[in-house]
Amino acid sequence: MSVRVGEAASALPFPEAAKKLVANSQLRRNVRHATNVIRSKRGRVVEEMPDWEQLRDSGKAIKDHTLAHLDQYLIQFEAACTKAGGQVHWARDADEANRIIVDLVKRYGSDEVIKVKTMTSDETRLNVALEAAGITPFETDLADLIVQLGDDKPSHIVVPALHRNRMEIREIFMGKMGLDSLGYLPEDLTAAARKYLRERFLRVKVGISGANYLIAETGSVVVVESEGNGRMCLTLPEVLISIVGVEKVIPRFEDLEVYLQLLPRSATGERMNPYNSIWTGVTPGDGPQAFHIVLLDNGRTKVLADPESRETLDCIRCGACLNACPVYRQTGGHAYGSVYAGPIGAILTPQLQSMEHSQTLPYASTLCGACYEVCPVKINIPEILIHLRTKVVDSGHAPLAERLAMKGAAFAMSKASRLSLAHAFARLGQWPFNDDGKLDNLPGLLAGWTEFRDLDAIPSQSFREWWSKR
Amino acid sequence: MVVQAMSEVKVQTMSEVKVQAMSPKEVVLANIRAAQGGPADQSIPRLYSASVDLSPAEVVEQFADRLYDYNATVHHCTVDAIPVTIAGILETRQKTGLLIPSGLPTDWLPAGFNFQRDEGLSYADLDASEGVLTACDVAIALTGTIVIAHSPAQGRRALTLVPDYHLCVVRLSQLVATVPEGMRRMAALLPAPLTTISGPSATSDIEMIRVKGVHGPRILEVILVE
Repeated sequence: MSVRVGEAASALPFPEAAKKLVANSQLRRNVRHATNVIRSKRGRVVEEMPDWEQLRDSGKAIKDHTLAHLDQYLIQFEAACTKAGGQVHWARDADEANRIIVDLVKRYGSDEVIKVKTMTSDETRLNVALEAAGITPFETDLADLIVQLGDDKPSHIVVPALHRNRMEIREIFMGKMGLDSLGYLPEDLTAAARKYLRERFLRVKVGISGANYLIAETGSVVVVESEGNGRMCLTLPEVLISIVGVEKVIPRFEDLEVYLQLLPRSATGERMNPYNSIWTGVTPGDGPQAFHIVLLDNGRTKVLADPESRETLDCIRCGACLNACPVYRQTGGHAYGSVYAGPIGAILTPQLQSMEHSQTLPYASTLCGACYEVCPVKINIPEILIHLRTKVVDSGHAPLAERLAMKGAAFAMSKASRLSLAHAFARLGQWPFNDDGKLDNLPGLLAGWTEFRDLDAIPSQSFREWWSKR
Repeated sequence: MVVQAMSEVKVQTMSEVKVQAMSPKEVVLANIRAAQGGPADQSIPRLYSASVDLSPAEVVEQFADRLYDYNATVHHCTVDAIPVTIAGILETRQKTGLLIPSGLPTDWLPAGFNFQRDEGLSYADLDASEGVLTACDVAIALTGTIVIAHSPAQGRRALTLVPDYHLCVVRLSQLVATVPEGMRRMAALLPAPLTTISGPSATSDIEMIRVKGVHGPRILEVILVE
């Protein structure tokens, strides 16, 4: 049993990766532009909803309720989907899911598949497994196509190629599509992708998708998209295989009305995305006549087991927290070394891997709370980041200074008298570094903290001292 | 050598033996049951608006406004004027005809054009067509959404997907104001596959510049029948 989250287990620690990327001013410009555009669009369409907070409350409550009864809803989904002609498979980890899918593609006699944007398959590195088995995967989402043809990695949950500008994309397309000439307008590039993919849409016999929601009550599956590549992959092939995390199930069809309002406004700043596909098993005479769904654990039940952080699984992958995050907006997605970037990636990736890898990610945040404010399902990301930091400290992976500091803080703060004593000592100790009320260039183990930032000096009087003298 | 051989002998605990005998489904469900907890039955608040305070005329106006926002063209007409409206649109677009689903009302069709019923057309036929004319099942004003349940008057999913042009007739009785109202009507259409369409296909994947028309029909035109 091994959980895989893309290549996260072998990725560089966040500070090292970020340092390199922040030096790339073109990348920073692209990321800032893209996140600014989505943020202002989101702001406009959220503002016009008088019941936005009520929708968020419902969105959160439905997810939390589902997680408390997850076994029951998955069993209900399996029964309903099976009754409607679907075939349900269960996978404990990434390798098991990939094996099931490779075997299915081979069984149906195909050596190519068309894929609609599925982060879950990026998580399991399905494309690597398919290629190793001699099966060619064609990514069909425009951004995923740019990433695939550019031999690149996605850098954003919703717009995976936002780090590329038109000239870079033009070069990739001309090289990989074998074109002698190509315009550089987004319209030209989009038209080239349409032409390149259309023939594949009409020909390839197996489609692979993820899903945004599974509906337990009806056994239906929901895919939310914009370009129509999703509809192509879900409709035209003879066989459809969907790979879906177990946390994507919701109890009732009616629950969908909450997420169909929260997701498009949060993700792309649209009132509604151009297309939603909802299908239930197999429909005679319409669409794929064989439908398989792979329900994936891959560490999710480990996340579920921690009451302090299980709400991570509420995530509906809208990407609003990425666009809002001051750290993401500087580094872009690649610094996170995972298919899941930004604040949600900083809490999801290490947890999926049982905190054995990616321990620097919970520190990739200023705890400013912007992510929590925009999250459509109210995941308290800052609180979970702090919780995960204590887990990193407990596991002995934190830097020595931080471990000592945390232990010291725990000791000092556990008793008021100790805290007063600590304050007195600290005031004595800080004078050589105190520059007009700011501490800079602290020595030794604390140097790392003050290398890039100043600390407020400890005031001459604590609140307690001031209070007791009143 | 001996030490090495010893280390290869893996002693199995009872729980490991048990896990090996379990199917992946049983293991995942057992992990979930061991992990899940929390309040057993908290009620789910649903205080969001299921309806809005708009007059029927305002709902129609909002629907048309949203479609306009999505760059879809909107025409208004009465039931009797459906054929002449369709004829006018086809003349403007210089089309000689459209594909139609098998259950489309024949009294909608103007004379002088070639309307071909989709009876087992190949994907290549759909791709080579001048476009498709369908009805719809539900429409939602707040989000400018058309819902197609792929019933006889809408056809199979490929019919409204592969052609590059989609002309859709929406009747006022099908129009609701909000997403929750739309969902009530959609629930009644299950288990038919449902497609919601909000404007022509689009992408903002390149520099966040919205390009209208990617893989789905690049042109969506709507006739609102009052």
